[in-house]
Amino acid sequence: MCRVYYTPLPRGGKVLTVDTMNANVKKVDYAVRGPIVQRAVQIEKELKEGVKKPFEEVIKANIGDAHAMGQRPITFFRQVMALCTYPQLLDDNKFPEDAKNRARRILQSCGGNSIGAYTTSQGIECVRHDVANYIQRRDGGIPSDPDNIYLTTGASDGIVTILKLLTAGEGRTRTGVMISIPQYPLYSASIAELGAVQVNYYLNEEKCWSLDISELQRSLQAAREHCNPRVLCIINPGNPTGQVQSRQCIEDVIQFAAKENLFLMADEVYQDNVYAEGCEFHSFKKVLFEMGPEYSSKVELVSFHSTSKCYMGECGFRGGYMEVINMDPEVKAQLTKLVSVRLCPPAPGQALMDLVVNSPKPGEPSYQTFMMERTAILSALAEKAKLTEEILNTVPGIRCNPVQGAMYSFPCITLPERAINEAKAKGQAPDMFYCMKLLEETGICLVPGSGFGQREGTYHFRMTILPPTDKLKILLNKLKEFHQKFTQQYS
Amino acid sequence: CHAAIIKMDLKKKKKKKLYWAHIWMHGTPSICQLRLILYILHVCSVISRFTPEILRKGIHGDTMTENGCEYRERVLTMDTMNPNVKRVEYAVRGPIVQRAVQIERELKMGIKKPFTEVIRANIGDCHAMGQKPITFFRQVLALCSYPDLLEDGKFPEDAKSRARRILQACGGGSLGAYSTSQGIEMIRQDIARYIERRDGGITCDPDNIYLSTGASDAIVTMLKLLVSGEGMSRTGVMISIPQYPLYSATLAELGAVQISYYLDEDNCWSLDISELRRALQEAKKHCSPRALCIINPGNPTGQVQSRQCIEGVIRFAAAEKLFLMADEVYQDNVYADGCKFHSFKKVLFEMGLEYSEKVELASFHSTSKCYMGECGFRGGYMEVVNLDPEVKVQLTKLVSVRLCPPVPGQALLDVVVNPPQPDEPSYDTFIKERTDTLATLAEKANMTQEILNQVPGIKCNPVQGAMYTFPRIHLPPKAILEAKEKEQTPDMFYCMKLLEETGICLVPGSGFGQRDGTYHFRMTILPPKEKLKIVLAKIKEFHQHFMAQYS
Repeated sequence: MCRVYYTPLPRGGKVLTVDTMNANVKKVDYAVRGPIVQRAVQIEKELKEGVKKPFEEVIKANIGDAHAMGQRPITFFRQVMALCTYPQLLDDNKFPEDAKNRARRILQSCGGNSIGAYTTSQGIECVRHDVANYIQRRDGGIPSDPDNIYLTTGASDGIVTILKLLTAGEGRTRTGVMISIPQYPLYSASIAELGAVQVNYYLNEEKCWSLDISELQRSLQAAREHCNPRVLCIINPGNPTGQVQSRQCIEDVIQFAAKENLFLMADEVYQDNVYAEGCEFHSFKKVLFEMGPEYSSKVELVSFHSTSKCYMGECGFRGGYMEVINMDPEVKAQLTKLVSVRLCPPAPGQALMDLVVNSPKPGEPSYQTFMMERTAILSALAEKAKLTEEILNTVPGIRCNPVQGAMYSFPCITLPERAINEAKAKGQAPDMFYCMKLLEETGICLVPGSGFGQREGTYHFRMTILPPTDKLKILLNKLKEFHQKFTQQYS
Repeated sequence: CHAAIIKMDLKKKKKKKLYWAHIWMHGTPSICQLRLILYILHVCSVISRFTPEILRKGIHGDTMTENGCEYRERVLTMDTMNPNVKRVEYAVRGPIVQRAVQIERELKMGIKKPFTEVIRANIGDCHAMGQKPITFFRQVLALCSYPDLLEDGKFPEDAKSRARRILQACGGGSLGAYSTSQGIEMIRQDIARYIERRDGGITCDPDNIYLSTGASDAIVTMLKLLVSGEGMSRTGVMISIPQYPLYSATLAELGAVQISYYLDEDNCWSLDISELRRALQEAKKHCSPRALCIINPGNPTGQVQSRQCIEGVIRFAAAEKLFLMADEVYQDNVYADGCKFHSFKKVLFEMGLEYSEKVELASFHSTSKCYMGECGFRGGYMEVVNLDPEVKVQLTKLVSVRLCPPVPGQALLDVVVNPPQPDEPSYDTFIKERTDTLATLAEKANMTQEILNQVPGIKCNPVQGAMYTFPRIHLPPKAILEAKEKEQTPDMFYCMKLLEETGICLVPGSGFGQRDGTYHFRMTILPPKEKLKIVLAKIKEFHQHFMAQYS
């Protein structure tokens, strides 16, 4: 190696700077873990260092992280996970037989009977079979093909993968993706990163955040002027808005997608989180197939599910799956190839997904405990959904739709003119200004509505209903007090 | 009237094609001819209305709407999908592996083959090849998964204390909570200390550590940050040939420009700075080269870079203003006498401030390789050095969109970087398991090279490190011709035949890149010793047979 080759080192800047980096990445925004959360982490550190604050702890109601808020894992799931991880425990008589059977079955389908082996990229075959059976049961017998199931690293991974497949064209032919406003910011972030065009349709806050077909129509027409709208994303039950779509609404959406030649993406990760009376979860797949072959043989649909929400709340395992329906076989081959580059989704997450779709059956030793735990969690959530709505609606200047499902409330807050002006002077969105002040004064961490999108001139925040009931009550009362004080201060 | 007919006609896409086909063949049609076309089209549409739907779908891949006359193409087709994704190729799980899966099914169904099982030597998947997990790691993970076991007398105290410590760092004391997007802070601190120990005390800041979903995830993320510009200013990324196809696949997907530099097969796959320079100069004519990727120890080539070579690379990167990406996932897999792993970070810092304050470096590690082989957990991390602070903020934001890497993988990584210490109860077992695994790998590396080099027409460099051999195979011209007729690369043709005749699944060299006119395959050294011997003997026999058949 001849050193004489080397010219003096060039001076100055770095290779990778904000000016030279991927421009699309710069446009990415993800409010759920944005500046307000970073400030919350800082405040936690300050509290630890003994800095005096008007509160003792930060309450993170910004993210749907059930276990972090004290929800206990389902015993059966964790028993099987421990058995899969350390199979010597299979000889331990402390574990129930059904847990051992599940673990043996999962391990048998792993390479070398180890959860440490790579799986096939689409996911362990026996898990995909179990997922298909689960979907079939859920949808009243409508068949599901395990070959159409792809296991994923949380639902997010599946959603990004499908959006990636769909993004093509330049200028006016660039793929447009219709997303609800308010939306879960994974969508806007992925669309920005892929350089696709975000097409907004607004949910109707006056009608409990329901979806209007005429609004879809309006938004589509407007978008066609400048891009090629090809995808329609639906989150049901809604995040951040908590609405549960009626069967009729879903039918209308499917009809609309069929008529307008749109690819449907149904984010159904909150499918077990339905609380309001008269509301029921209807899967897009089921409704599609009940509409007859005219639709069911035609409309392209991908539906997403995850281990992170519902009653399990196992976010850390990053388990999830998607079911693809009516996908062009050649594109499906491309999808399989694409996911193979990342080798496989985490095997523990796949194992956990298997348990979620193949939970203890009546007659099995763990059934009763499982049902008790599951029911307790879901009814506590229902209670907290109700409590949140009720207390928030007692505050003048806060208006909150019923939390029919999911894990969030997204109330509308009235902000005084002076507060809006002060926020603008600080270069902050008014609801960011509000949430930041709330954090500094009470330790409550929420996400401003601007992170999800909202009609211009309206302000919201997203708050999870996940803190334990007692803590939630305190939180809501603090919020009430803060809002009144804030309103007074700025009017 | 003429125009109206045509307009009506053209509404139907399929008919439009026929119409233009007619014009192309016969020139502008007369009214009479038009009527004929209309008649034909009418017949077609009647036929298609009565064709069973499944047939039409099968043929055209599209379906009809309720009124049965208007064709509706799928939204997402090969023509309308992301063109970059189409360009992605990933040979390690490509057609040969798909065929292997099929053959396994056929064997299960009782179809007779000249072999009884498929042996997968295509992928570095240790546990699938019978390697046992490290007991301590799995104990800690079981304890973390089901903390009731902490009350169980069966588990050693050091495993319990590790588990408690990890759980305390998790939200709600549960592996099921999201972690911060950069990874659990305590684990990042443990990694930083591990790197410091490894690098002889050179400091490491936990804030520069990002946990990831396997090393692949982090590599893709860094490349994503680096890709920008259009045309001549589009980011070029230098990768070795042969390379691990994650790189080429990711560059294709991101629409970046792949810049190939060739490793020197005649010098044990070493890296030549003059070859880097050649590749760079050529690339500068059509893109903006901004990153240089190095895999050390090498995949698929198994070489271990000398300290001298790494210094040369760093000087080159500094002089040419290249961002360095060091894929060091095989850092514990060094077998050959006289070879040693040197981290890029360590060498960079030993070269003095002139370099260590300036050269941007990202180094990658994983739980999937080395002695643990825990691929399924998708654990990994990267350390970024000299990253622009503003870009670092962007990186942190970008990884936050995916929320967090899998927490069990993070926990596993923690025990990898913080294994049992000499005074702890699990130490002896741990060291024994670790040493056995690495010694066996070293033995197999040696055996593979020795046996393959006995075969006339196969030439194999020493497997100094990593988990693969990448021997060169000489193929007879007749075989090359036959492969070309089948539209296969010659080494794909060879590997496919090997699979069909012996059940051994390898990856053709073309999936990794190789000099034109040379042929290779990649084979892992992971099968258990006895099985590996059989595999090697079978390859030997097959190769001799193949040569005889085609010469």
